[in-house]
Formats: sequence, structure tokens, C-alpha cells
Amino acid sequence: MSALTLRPNWAWPGVLICVVAVVWALDWRLAIIAAVWLIAWGINAILARNGTPGARILVPLIFGLTLLTLWEMAVRLYEVSPVILPAPTAIAVAFATNTATLWADFVQTILRGALPGYALGCGAAVLTALAIDRSRFLQKGLLPVGNFIAALPIVGTAPILVMWYGFGPSSKIAVVVAMVFFPMLVNAVQGLKESSAMQRDLMHTYAANYWQTLFKLRLPTALPFLFNGLKICSTLALIGAIVAEFFGSPTVGMGFRIKIEVGRLAMDMVWAEITVAALAGSGLYGLMALAERWLTFWHPSQRRG
Amino acid sequence: MRRITGAILPVLVVVGVIVAIWYAAAYNMNRAWTLDQAERRALEITASDVFTDTMWQERPRLPAPHQVAIELWNTTAGEPMLRERRGELRPNPRSLWFHAFQTLAPTLLGFVIGTLAGMLLAVSIVHNRAMDMSVMPWAIASQTIPILAIAPIVIVVLNAVGLVGLVPKSLISAYLSFFPVVVGMVKGLRSPGAMDLDLLRTYSASRAETFWKLRLPASVPFLFASLKVGIAAALVGTIVAELPTGARFGLGARLLTGSYYGQTIQIWSALFMAAICAAVLVMILGAIERATLKRMGLDR
Repeated sequence: MSALTLRPNWAWPGVLICVVAVVWALDWRLAIIAAVWLIAWGINAILARNGTPGARILVPLIFGLTLLTLWEMAVRLYEVSPVILPAPTAIAVAFATNTATLWADFVQTILRGALPGYALGCGAAVLTALAIDRSRFLQKGLLPVGNFIAALPIVGTAPILVMWYGFGPSSKIAVVVAMVFFPMLVNAVQGLKESSAMQRDLMHTYAANYWQTLFKLRLPTALPFLFNGLKICSTLALIGAIVAEFFGSPTVGMGFRIKIEVGRLAMDMVWAEITVAALAGSGLYGLMALAERWLTFWHPSQRRG
Repeated sequence: MRRITGAILPVLVVVGVIVAIWYAAAYNMNRAWTLDQAERRALEITASDVFTDTMWQERPRLPAPHQVAIELWNTTAGEPMLRERRGELRPNPRSLWFHAFQTLAPTLLGFVIGTLAGMLLAVSIVHNRAMDMSVMPWAIASQTIPILAIAPIVIVVLNAVGLVGLVPKSLISAYLSFFPVVVGMVKGLRSPGAMDLDLLRTYSASRAETFWKLRLPASVPFLFASLKVGIAAALVGTIVAELPTGARFGLGARLLTGSYYGQTIQIWSALFMAAICAAVLVMILGAIERATLKRMGLDR
């Protein structure tokens, strides 16, 4: 790094002030929003360049808070109707006042629909992968078909499965199973092929039987792939459970609530549901990521530095 | 010949088994209704009668594969795309081509928007450290959100602003195709190793030259892998965007009306049309990918 960059560079702030001034002449509200954005961005740019300790956490945090602030400011300054876009504070209020409803919806959609479906679908996919792993013929036939089906719009099966299994959680579980099965299967089959011939030969010289080889060698080497599948499927599971509720549900559940509140134009409540969905999705993904770090600490992608 | 037996035969066998299971399931699931009807009319029926009836019910719980195939044929080849109404040519809502087109147009528009935005963002992430540190974590976090839950809101909001038709749907598919492109492109732009970058430094290449001559070509294989994921996601996005608003046309609307009126054959044919669309889109991208990589000499 040359000495030039260490000296504070006043050209950029000057340009920015000019930009804000020009925008002010057109629309003072836009100028305020632009000014806040530029100041926050400037702080982030300095933090990122200097590599301050903690910047890894601080920079995204500032960025997220800036977005929320800008959203709030835009809604207030332009007096956007709450029917179109509620302010973050309005969403927070809706969240706080409706916690009982939100909790009931969370239990119905996530705990009764998405999670059992996720566990069933991923479990069945891994077992199927183990079964077809023993046959080269099936691998060659099932992998292309599985890859193909994994790319298809499986959410579309939701109306059919709701028709078959009724409005209750069982139809949601079925949709989730259908959605997560193939992505998980493809990843599991791929993972089981990961151990090298040399490693397998080594197990052979130890006189390890199939199950010993499976548990001591092949499942551990498959773990990165399994976790990749689990992480992809965590979002798919929530999407499946919520979308299935658009096609019919008891009078509780996140998809049901979104559908109803959109009809009543209560957007703050809809966004509160989305916040719940976002928290649940990030939580599930985070759990999987933690488990991955804990179980596959040996994998190159987990090494630090 | 060996290629056929080696690669295609297993796939054919698996597909055959799936179709066989489907037939068996259709028989099992539709039998109850057939028996019930026969009992109500006090008819004596043989096992073969039961079998034929389960294969040709009007509103089966699970339509047999040939019923879906016939419905697909009738609504694509059997119906004109346009029909005359009140003296002018109007789109024919009974034609599945028309519904597919209604879904494909926003999908493709959204895919193009999403891809362009994704590439732009990826380039700025690779070249700007502040951008990388602030945007990337949120881009990843946004994927843990079931974005499709937002689809109804986006549609309603844009309706309120006065945007109807193509644009709202394509914004949702743009959002869904956007993320895979960002991740793949960032990975691709960063794929040149230290040695390659050093080589360019010895040529005293500028940042722009490094970008055009090294980073961009290196990112192409990653980009295509992402594009194939992105276009499938874009199609799902459009279909789901059609669900909550009561759209009248499009494959999603077809699913929804089919589910309202219990028209299972219609649902299945819409589902297959969606699957065919997704497969064709991915295949087209695959062909472009192969042609491009071959021209670039990256073909393996």
C-alpha cells in the first residue's frame, strides 16, 4: 500500500456533498435519504479498508441498519400508505402486539408442517441413497432422473397433495417431503461416492465389512455433501409448507395468515409473518451450519485463515 | 451402441419403473370411488371393469399417465392458440400453449433482469471490499428466508402502484434467479489463482484488463452452472407469483383453478407443462453452455 492512501482523501467527501446539494435542489427528501446513505457507506468503506478488528461483524450490521433506516425514512418522508409498504417500526409494533397469533402460526406451519416433513424427506432421501448406492445400474439411472426432478417446479404439486391429504398438517408434510427429497437424494448419492478407491482399499485390508466401511469412512466423507443438501432443503421446507397453505389450510398457519391479511390489506401483519419466516429460516440454516462446523471440522472449507 | 446401453438404458428403466408405479397407484387410489359408484347403482362389476374405470375417471384422485398425456395433447395441439371472439382474435384460455406463454414471458424477462443485476453486483463485490463485507452476508442471509412468502405482497403492492401483468411476476422471478448468479459469479471471478494474477501483474495489466482478460473468462463455467439453477428458480417464482392474486392466465392460475374445481387432470397437465418448460429452458442453457465453452477452449 502506498503512502498516498494513508492520507485522508478529501476529494470523495467533496464530490458526495456536491451530489447531495444537487439532489437537494430537485427533492429535499431524496437528498436527506441520499446523505444518510452516503454517510453510512463512507463509514463502512473506511472500516472495510482499514480492516479494523470486528469489521467482519460491524460492517454488515451497519449496512443492515442503514437499509432499515432508509426504509423507515422513505416511508415517513414520502408518506407512503401503510397499505402499500408499512414502516419497520409499524411492523415491529404489529409483531409485538400479535405475538400469540404469530406463535400459533409458527407452531402450525413450522413445527407441525415444515420440520416433520424436512426430517422425513431428508431421512428417506439418505436411506434411498444408501439403497441405490449398492447398485451401479440404479445410480446411473436414478441420478439423471433425480437431477431432472430436482430442477422441476415441485411446489406445483401442492394443490394435488392438499387434495389428497386434507387441509391439516399432513398435506403440508407431504408437500415438504416431495420438495426436499430429490435435492437431498442427489447430494447424498454424490457424497457417498466421495471416498477414494485408495481409502476403500485400506478399509478392505483392515477386513472391514460393509457397515464398518459405511460408518467409519463413507458417511463421514459424505457429510459435507449431506450438509449442503440439508442447508438447501431448510429453505425449501419452509417454502413448501407456506405455499401449500395457499391451497387450503385450517384457520391458522403462516401461509393462511399471509393470504388473509393481504386480502384485508393489513400489510404490517403480513410483514410480521415474513419476519417470523425469516427468523425461522435463518435459525434452521444456522443450526445446520453449526452442526456442520461441529461434525466436519476436518474439511478444508471449514478451516480458518 | 455401448453409449446407448451405458447411459440411456438405466434412465429408461428408472422412468419405466416410475410409470409402472404411477399406474399401480392410480388404480389403487381411484378404486374406492369406482366401487362406491357401483354400489350406489347396485351394479355387479368384474375386476376388469374396475380396472378400466379407474383408468378413465373424469375426476380421478390420481389421473393415469395416458389421461394426462391425452389432456396435454388436446390442450396444446387440439386447441388453437387464438380464437375469434366478438369479431376479433383473442387468446384462447383453453390452450395450454397460451398459459405456458403467459408464464414463460415473465420468467424470461425476470431471468434477464436478475442475471444482469446479479452480474453487476458480483463485479462490484469482487472489486470493492466494502461492498463485499456489507452486501455478501445479507445476500446469503436473504436466501434463508422463504422469499416466495413475499410474492403475494410484492404483487399486491405493485398492483396498488398501478403495475399489473408482466412486470410484478418478472420481479419475483428476477429476485429468485438473482442470488445463484451472484454467488456463482463471485466464485468464478475469484477463481483465477494467485499465479495467474501475478502473471498479469508482470504484464503490468490494469484492473480493467485483468477483469476483461482473466477474471471474466474464468467465471464463465461458474456463471453457466448458476444460470441453470437460476432459470429453474425463476420459473418456480413466476408460478408461485400467480397463485395468491387470482391471476386468470398462466400455469400457476391453471393449478389454482384446477384445485378449486377439483379438475385433477387439468392440474396434472399444467404441472407437466411446467416441468417440460423447466426442462427445455435448462436444456437450452446447457446447449449454449457447451457451445460457449467449446469456443473458449474450456470444453472437457
